[in-house]
Amino acid sequence: MKRREFLVLSAASIGGVLIYSLDGSLNRRSVHAAPVEDQIRIPLRFFSQEEALAVVALTARIFPSDESGPGAREAGVVIYIDRQLAGPYGRDRHRYTQEPFEEGVPEVGYQGRATPREIYREGLKDLLGIDQKSPEEQDKALQNMETTDFFRILRLHTIEGMFSDPMHGGNADMIGWQLIGFPGPRMSNVQEVDKHYGEAYRLKPVTLRQVAGGNVHPSEDER
Amino acid sequence: MKNLPRVDVAIVGGGWTGLLTAKELGSRTSLSVAVLERGRPRDKPEYLAGMDELDYAIRLHMMQDPSEQTVTLRHDAAQRALPIRQYGSFLPGAGVGGAGEHWNGVSHRGLPDCFQLLTHITEKYGAKRLPEDHSIQDWGITYDELEPYYTRVDALIGVSGKAGNLRGKILEGGNPFEGSRSADYPTPPMKVPYFSELFRTAASSLGYHPFPIPAATISTSYTNPDGVTRPGCFFCGFCERFGCMIGSKAQPTNTLLPVIRKQKNVSIRPHSWVRRIVHKGSGKNSKATGVIYRDTAGEEFFQPADLVILGTWTLNNVRLLFLSEIGTAYNPATGKGTLGRNLTHQISVPAAQVFFEKPLNRFMGAGAAGYTMGDLDADLFDHSNLPFLRGGIVEASTTGARPISNFAAVPRSVRAHWGSEWKKAAVHYFDRTGNLGFLGEHLAYKGNFMDLDPRYKDHFGDPLLRLTLNWRDNERKTVEYATAKIVEIAKAMGASDVTPFPGLRDYDGTRYQSTHVQGGAIMGASPENSVINPYLQHWDIPNLFVLGASSFPQNFSSHPTMTVLAQTYRAADAIVERYLKRSAPLA
Repeated sequence: MKRREFLVLSAASIGGVLIYSLDGSLNRRSVHAAPVEDQIRIPLRFFSQEEALAVVALTARIFPSDESGPGAREAGVVIYIDRQLAGPYGRDRHRYTQEPFEEGVPEVGYQGRATPREIYREGLKDLLGIDQKSPEEQDKALQNMETTDFFRILRLHTIEGMFSDPMHGGNADMIGWQLIGFPGPRMSNVQEVDKHYGEAYRLKPVTLRQVAGGNVHPSEDER
Repeated sequence: MKNLPRVDVAIVGGGWTGLLTAKELGSRTSLSVAVLERGRPRDKPEYLAGMDELDYAIRLHMMQDPSEQTVTLRHDAAQRALPIRQYGSFLPGAGVGGAGEHWNGVSHRGLPDCFQLLTHITEKYGAKRLPEDHSIQDWGITYDELEPYYTRVDALIGVSGKAGNLRGKILEGGNPFEGSRSADYPTPPMKVPYFSELFRTAASSLGYHPFPIPAATISTSYTNPDGVTRPGCFFCGFCERFGCMIGSKAQPTNTLLPVIRKQKNVSIRPHSWVRRIVHKGSGKNSKATGVIYRDTAGEEFFQPADLVILGTWTLNNVRLLFLSEIGTAYNPATGKGTLGRNLTHQISVPAAQVFFEKPLNRFMGAGAAGYTMGDLDADLFDHSNLPFLRGGIVEASTTGARPISNFAAVPRSVRAHWGSEWKKAAVHYFDRTGNLGFLGEHLAYKGNFMDLDPRYKDHFGDPLLRLTLNWRDNERKTVEYATAKIVEIAKAMGASDVTPFPGLRDYDGTRYQSTHVQGGAIMGASPENSVINPYLQHWDIPNLFVLGASSFPQNFSSHPTMTVLAQTYRAADAIVERYLKRSAPLA
């Protein structure tokens, strides 16, 4: 059996995360309720701790925390990616994977054999420990891989992890939605849609579970 | 294989066309009808729990699963086709309701001249203006013949809009170029979100004629002639790729199923994947005898039927005809054969990405909320001195800007696509940008067609459908011309910056355009150049009808659902009023 891996982060570095244990039971920890010096141990479903730390560092350079607001580290993007890779998406459950695999024109899309899991595992091999390097060195590493499939999906997953519903593991405390003024899946805007022309109409965001109740199951938990 | 008891009618596919036919036959006849749907049931859709952008809009929860079956694509016959391994440029739906559950609800009619396209172009500009390898043809039906059926569809789904031509009278605020309507829209236009209002004002100031998008995401509560009531839209912004959580958007499950459930002679069998239409005889004596399908446990059944209605999505209709060896495969080298010819896909490009320095609140929207205009459509402007034929509609819709899909649009001055500079701009512009779409006509060409792929198979081991498809100069030049006009509109909207669409190159299977793929089993006045007659009845097999956009000889610019449903009504009338009295060719 695979050794259970954890990502250990300082509670102050992360905005409060929904933590699933490997057996699927739910624990919620929030920094607002925890002492600042507390450490959060997040059980990993796919990454090793070393890999997870590298992903934290790389996604934080793609979507940094800076004067324009929080970024991938605070949103818990690594947790989002870890769960996606562990789930059906990560193993290409719904991609057409019949042979032969051949190179084609770009308009037919990705034709590779490698699954997202394999792309990450291979892509991270030479990047383990990058979290110990300076931001400039991390940027350099990203620049060197900009044309690869790994970078393409890492960037895409960073955006997904920033802005998907928090039940998927990222967008902790809806900080991604707050950053851009998206209010989540709201039932009705019918009284407001033709008002507020040219003025920001911003609402406190809500998650899907707040709107729809407990009967919501993220696809990464499916087999 | 297990033989089942005979039914009068077997309908393949439980989407808009299959269920509309089932409803009509169920209410107007006592025939026993079995609807065979390959996907899952949707008795009580739980769409509220489905308002999740990641699983529904990105992971495509409601779509057909490409791991089971996809298509292959090549640009021309010299290329080797490769599989579309993840859906991109179109998104076929799965399950009861089909793509009718996850559409946006944009409900245009076709313009009158589209139905006589070959005649129109030849008479006005001469045959010399037709593109070199075109295969444009007339539909074998006119707008006037279809008009009563369009009006019935309006009433069925309660379309919201503003008439521009009511019984020949041109009305301000509607589309002055539309064909004459015999009745007004059943419900008034939807409320107008800010981005669409900016377009309406700017387009009017430039002398264009913007009008509200005809919407099946209805503006107010409406009860249709079947007694089915749907509420007005809430503008939650979760339409395309989602089912409607309140049932405002017309969907087969909320518009047709409530009627069908009460019909004792209609049964819907989900998880029933039809693999073949069985037929016997040849020439004039050909007859379909039923269908073979497989359930999820892998068991195969033969369902005998007197009448077979093929009502799946465009590409699956055509593929099932190929797999069943019905008709003669089109050969592009000789021009002989009809099955698979005239593959088209509506042009759909973000003609202008428009940036502002004020917020737009674009999270409030609906699939068909917004304004559109027809001034650049069809032959509404003179093409004598232009390097292309035809045109398209301009759309300023506000569908509800969900964050994953809409994040990362930045002005061209921002070169980075990751890191601090990019993030700052993308955050700033997230709610300060929108795009003006151009939806253009795709002409039919001899070299764009479908057949069976020689190499790649589905999960049963049957060959995939192969698409041979690319743009020609006509489409590229249409888009170039329209983009320039649309950029002018964008500037008049008060844009701080505009990114024009860079232009069509080769057909791109990865960029979402629309699910408006057409042709392959086309209708026409003669069996020489079409697969089905103008009543959607197969020329070779009179007890087989083929519904849906596979019947379109070529694409017209606007969206196909209204025309698909109008033709389905017309075919149902022909079946009930004529075919059931005498089982013979209707044309």
